[in-house]
Amino acid sequence: MTSPILGGAEVALRPCRPTYERTSDAAQLAEIAIAVRLKIIRTIHAAQLGHVGGDLSVTDILTALYFHVLDIDPANPTSPKRDRFVLSKGHCAAAFYSVLSLRGFFEPEAVDSFMKPLSPLNGHPNRRKIPGVEANTGPLGHGLPIAVGMATGARIAGETWRTFVVLGDGELQEGSNWEAAMAAAHRGLGNLTAIVDRNRFQQGAGTEATNQLEPLADKFRAFGWDVHDVDGHDVSALADLLGRTGSDRPRAVIARTFKGRGVSFMEDKVDWHHKVPSAEQVEIALKELAR
Amino acid sequence: MSAPEAAPKPGAAPTFDCRVAFAEELISLARADARIVAVCNDSIGSSNLGAFQKEFPDRLVNVGIAEQNMVGVGAGLANAGMIPFVCAAGPFLSGRATEQIKADCAYSQYPVVLCAMSPGLAYGELGPTHHSIEDFAWMRAIPDLTVMAPADPDETRGAVRWAAGAGRPIYMRIPRFKIPAVTTGGFTPGRIATLTEGSDVTIAAIGTMVSRALEAAKRLGEAGISARVLNVSTLKPLDEETILKAARETGAIVTAEEAVSGGGLGGAVAELVAQHHPVPMRILGVPAFAPTGDTQFLLDHFGLNAAGIEAAARALLKIRGDA
Ligand SMILES: Cc1ncc(C[n+]2csc(CCOP(=O)(O)OP(=O)(O)O)c2C)c(N)n1
Repeated sequence: MTSPILGGAEVALRPCRPTYERTSDAAQLAEIAIAVRLKIIRTIHAAQLGHVGGDLSVTDILTALYFHVLDIDPANPTSPKRDRFVLSKGHCAAAFYSVLSLRGFFEPEAVDSFMKPLSPLNGHPNRRKIPGVEANTGPLGHGLPIAVGMATGARIAGETWRTFVVLGDGELQEGSNWEAAMAAAHRGLGNLTAIVDRNRFQQGAGTEATNQLEPLADKFRAFGWDVHDVDGHDVSALADLLGRTGSDRPRAVIARTFKGRGVSFMEDKVDWHHKVPSAEQVEIALKELAR
Repeated sequence: MSAPEAAPKPGAAPTFDCRVAFAEELISLARADARIVAVCNDSIGSSNLGAFQKEFPDRLVNVGIAEQNMVGVGAGLANAGMIPFVCAAGPFLSGRATEQIKADCAYSQYPVVLCAMSPGLAYGELGPTHHSIEDFAWMRAIPDLTVMAPADPDETRGAVRWAAGAGRPIYMRIPRFKIPAVTTGGFTPGRIATLTEGSDVTIAAIGTMVSRALEAAKRLGEAGISARVLNVSTLKPLDEETILKAARETGAIVTAEEAVSGGGLGGAVAELVAQHHPVPMRILGVPAFAPTGDTQFLLDHFGLNAAGIEAAARALLKIRGDA
C-alpha cells in the first residue's frame, strides 16, 4: 500500500496559499470551524484510524487560536518571535493537521495521506517532519511542562511572544501536569495560557467515573492560576478571551466541550474516542456538519 | 482499534491476538485466587480487561491516565498481600514508569506482574511515541526483574500462570500483532526452547519474531542450510547454556526481535558469546525511529521478516566461508 498523494516516498511538506486567513469576524471563524470538522471526518475515514471524538471537541479551540489569536507566519514557521503552540493531547492530530493545512502551513491535500505508509503525517504530531509543530506529543502529560519551558525562555530572553497549550481533561490525571502547574505559578508566567478541552471523557469512560478531576477550576486556582470557565464551542468568544493579554499569573481556560461535537450520533458518546465512521455514517456526518 | 494482522494468505495458519489468551487465563486465575487483581491506566479496552472488570469489579483498579501512580499502586497492592497484574500500553508502562519499576517493584522485590500490552511495533501508524521498542533494553538493565516475551497464545497462558505464582517482579510483553501458534511445550520459565534442530546456523528469536524465524529456517532448509531456531521466551535471566551450546554447535547466530537493535536480545546474546564462545552474529531489530506505516509495513521496512532473517543467516555463512 503506498500513499495516494506521496507516491510511496516520504516528501517534505511546504507552505502553501492559506485557504483561510486570520480574521476577527465571528461568522468567518464559525465557517472555518465547519471546514475543519468536514476535513477531520474525511481524513479519519480515509485513514480508517484516528481519534474523532477528541478531534471534534477541540476544533473550535484550535480554530480560535490559529485563525485569530496566534501570531505566526506559515511561510516562516520557525521565525524566532512567533507565538508558540503545543497540542498536548497529541492523539487529536487529525484536527491539528487540518487546521495547520487550512492556515497554509502545507497543502490541505497532504492531509489525505494521514497515517499512510511513508506519509510525514503520522498518528501523532511530529516536529521533525511537519511545519508548525513545536513538540512531539502523543504520550499524555508532556505538553504543559514543555510550554512552561517555552514561556520561561521568552521571559529570560525578554521577548513578548506568548505560549499556548491545549490539554485533554483525562490527560490531567498525569502528575507531570501538576508539577508544571506549580512551576508556572511560581514563575508568574502571565505569558502562558493552558486550555483544557473539558469534554468530560477519556478513552474508556468519563473522567469523573475514572479518576475524578472536579473541582477542576479550584485546583488550578489553588495552584495560583488565573482561571476562566468558558463554552469551548463558542469560537469568537474563545478568540476574544485568548487574544487578551496582561495578567501576571498563568491562565487556565477550562473550555467546556463535547466529544464528537456536531455529529448527532457521535456527540457526547465515549465509544467515539477512536471509532471510525462507516461510509454511510460519513455521509450523515458531512450533511449534519455542513448545515 | 482492531488488532493488526498480516495480509491473510490462502491456506495460511490461523493467527492470534494474545490479549485474548491473556484475559482468559487471568480470569481463570482470579476465580481460584482472590489475591489476583488488575491495575490499569484508562486501558480496560486495550488491555482486554472488560470481562475481568465485569466479573471482579472490586479487583480492577483503574487509576486513570497515570502510569507512575499505576506502578506505585501495584507495588503497594503487593505489599498488602495482593498479586497485581499491572496492564498498560508497552511504551508508557516501560518508559513513563521505569523508575517505579526499578525502585518500587524490582528493588523492593514485590511480586508485581507488569504487562506491556501491544508491544513492539503493534501501534504502527501511531508513530514512534507509541512504539514499545526500547523496553527490552530498559527492562533488561534492571536487576532482579524477570523479562519475558511469549511467542504465541499457549505460551502467553503459561507465562501468565507462572507469573501469578512466581512471587517476584516480572515484566512481560503481551503481543497484539496477530501471530500463528508456534509452541507445543507450554511455557518453561528461564528455558529457551529449541524449536528446530540445526547445525549450520542458529536463529534466536523472541516474541512475535519466532514464527518468522521458523519461516526463515524453512526457506534455508530448502536451500540445504540447516538452521536451529531458538524461542527465547525468557530474555532475563537468559538460558546461557542453550545459547552457548548453539554457539558451539552451529558457529553462527542471528538474533531477531521487535525492539531496538541494541541492548535487547541481540545485546544479551552478544554479551554472552563474546565472553564465553565468540561466534559471528547478526542482530536484527529496529535501528531507527520508524517512518509512518502499519505494523506489517514497518516489519518489512526493517527486514524483520523471513526474507530478512534468511539474508542475515546467509551473510553469516558467507563470512565464515561455507557458502
Ligand atoms: C501516557 C499515555 N498513557 C496512555 C495513553 C493512551 N491514550 C490515548 S488518548 C487517551 C485518552 C485521553 O483522554 P483526554 O485527555 O480526555 O483526551 P480527549 O478525551 O479529549 O480525546 C489515552 C488514555 C497515552 N497516549 N499516553
